[in-house]
Amino acid sequence: MKRPLSAVTDRLVIIIPYLWLLFFFLIPFFIVFKISLSTTAIAMPPYTPVLSLSDGVAALMSQLGEFSFDNYIWLTQDALYFNAYVSSVVIAAISTFLALLVGYPIAYGMARAPATIRPTLLMLVILPFWTSFLIRVYAWIGILKPEGLLNQFLLATGLIDQPLVILNTHTAIFIGIVYSYLPFMILPLYSALEKMDYSLIEAAQDLGCTPISAFWKVTFPLSLPGVIAGCLLVFIPAVGEFVIPDLLGGSQTLMIGKTLWNEFFANRDWPVSSAVAVILLLLLVVPIMFFQQAQARAQEQGR
Amino acid sequence: MKSLGNIRRDFAPWNQPDAKPYIQFKNITKRFGDFTAVNNLSLSIYEREFFALLGASGCGKSTLLRMLAGFEEPTEGQILLDGQDLRGIPPYRRPVNMMFQSYALFPHMTVEQNIAFGLKQDGMPKAEIEQRVADMLKLVKLGQFAKRKPHQLSGGQRQRVALARAVAKRPKVLLLDEPLGALDKKLREETQFELMDLQQTLGLTFVVVTHDQEEAMTMADRIAILDKGEVMQVATPAEVYEAPGSRFVADFVGNINMFEGKVADRNGAAATIAGANGLTIRTANAGDAAAGTEVAFAIRPEKIKVSSKKPESGDNVMEGEIYDIAYLGDMTIFHVQLGNGQVVKASSLNATRATEDPLSWDDKAWISFRNDAGVVLTR
Repeated sequence: MKRPLSAVTDRLVIIIPYLWLLFFFLIPFFIVFKISLSTTAIAMPPYTPVLSLSDGVAALMSQLGEFSFDNYIWLTQDALYFNAYVSSVVIAAISTFLALLVGYPIAYGMARAPATIRPTLLMLVILPFWTSFLIRVYAWIGILKPEGLLNQFLLATGLIDQPLVILNTHTAIFIGIVYSYLPFMILPLYSALEKMDYSLIEAAQDLGCTPISAFWKVTFPLSLPGVIAGCLLVFIPAVGEFVIPDLLGGSQTLMIGKTLWNEFFANRDWPVSSAVAVILLLLLVVPIMFFQQAQARAQEQGR
Repeated sequence: MKSLGNIRRDFAPWNQPDAKPYIQFKNITKRFGDFTAVNNLSLSIYEREFFALLGASGCGKSTLLRMLAGFEEPTEGQILLDGQDLRGIPPYRRPVNMMFQSYALFPHMTVEQNIAFGLKQDGMPKAEIEQRVADMLKLVKLGQFAKRKPHQLSGGQRQRVALARAVAKRPKVLLLDEPLGALDKKLREETQFELMDLQQTLGLTFVVVTHDQEEAMTMADRIAILDKGEVMQVATPAEVYEAPGSRFVADFVGNINMFEGKVADRNGAAATIAGANGLTIRTANAGDAAAGTEVAFAIRPEKIKVSSKKPESGDNVMEGEIYDIAYLGDMTIFHVQLGNGQVVKASSLNATRATEDPLSWDDKAWISFRNDAGVVLTR
């Protein structure tokens, strides 16, 4: 028995996120998509056609006829793009896996810590966000470079006699991505582990599980929604990552974010870079949909 | 000698001097930091016994159960199960299974998988597991729910799954932590009897932790009443009720009236107790309380008769005034204020639909009880 007024306000509340999506995602996306169908030109903006109604409807219609999918066909013809996509996905996947390996024990430790110190631990996980992302990535250059802190330390302790080459390799990218995105892995894992009833583990042990098998049979399966959420939160931004490969990976790393940047700023080829962006988006929408389905399934399963 | 109350079944190994206890707690102390949860406690539980640990929250009963399951190690003392010292044996190697208060069903597994969990852990052949799971489902009457997940079941059904999962491995001892705590009253009463039947059928030793005295009284062969980590009394439900060993137990189990006083005069087993304000109570059995001892005379409300006219004879007759009446349908509880100001609770069974002797608020009334109706408590 809702009053009509509250029904209206309910609708309005729901409309807000949709408006947000429309103005800040769908409309910009269509602009990018439109550019991706254009041809590059030495002009301002650097592509044609520029749709405008100033020349009348007929002119607009003929301009529409100039749109083509040539840029997408171009992407399939140069192996550079395919390799960049594949290498981005591979690098993101490896980084995500590493972040999971590092993040799970941390999240587990936090969830099992005394309730009084958990807020502090959470704070510590979130703390790095208070400094600029760019500065934190720059700091890794200082740590990883041949004469950097890490090598100095390892040389001083006598563990190595030659400086390790880490900067400008994939290893540096993995370190950068794992470091930067670790909180996104830890937080959903923590929330999944924290709400788990500890008596379930006791029950598993009571029924004959060693602590390790209780972990794999009870704890881990029950934390899967957190694992999936964490992995997607790391994987999706990591695929399109530009700053980390650019600063830590050196010139020879091929990642789609860098390719996009090059097309856009070095080549000033807005249409091709738009096409790259559209394909990247499609590439990422698939895992997002997978994520949502997993969430729906988890919800169906209930707590 | 007359036995107390009704004995439920002919099973009393604790009275046989040569019977060997199955579970033995020997001088168990458990401390958590500064807090002593269990204090130098000793208990013996016999094979096939339905044993209840009864006490208020924080009395150490759950700690005791968890030590038996292996989730806690005693700080001092020894626990023996079937002659084997359990110290250092992890929970997954103990021949006991526990039914958790929260049931602790695995939410990602079906009813079937939950019940099969412990059996798989033991590496039982697949066909045997299937057979055992089917048997268990039949036992707890959940056959048609085998493929459901715990969240699709009602509270009562979950309780049964938890029970089936815990007994599926045929443990030597089944531990039940507040097994009926989460059920509503009606279901709880039904389930009490089902648990008793199940224990008889399987022939297992049950140790149940509960704060509900009715539950303990109904189900258990013997009850241990705990307070602040110590055993106050271990006895059959009837003994606990009719012959409580101390003021604490008398007060904790059921309703009781206490008259504090001194033993004035002893004549064999019988004695006269002088209470406050000239109250005199005659009792047929004062136990070992010598003349002059400070004692409490304790008597249950149902053993006191209330009438509007002075009874012609009786061992103990006292005059008072009706202070409060509570009509509960099956019985009526009277609060009668005696001349000395003490309020006595008396309950009478409403065996007939009409009462020939109606009593009302502020009426003058007499209470009377026989000289063997109460107990004399020295502790």
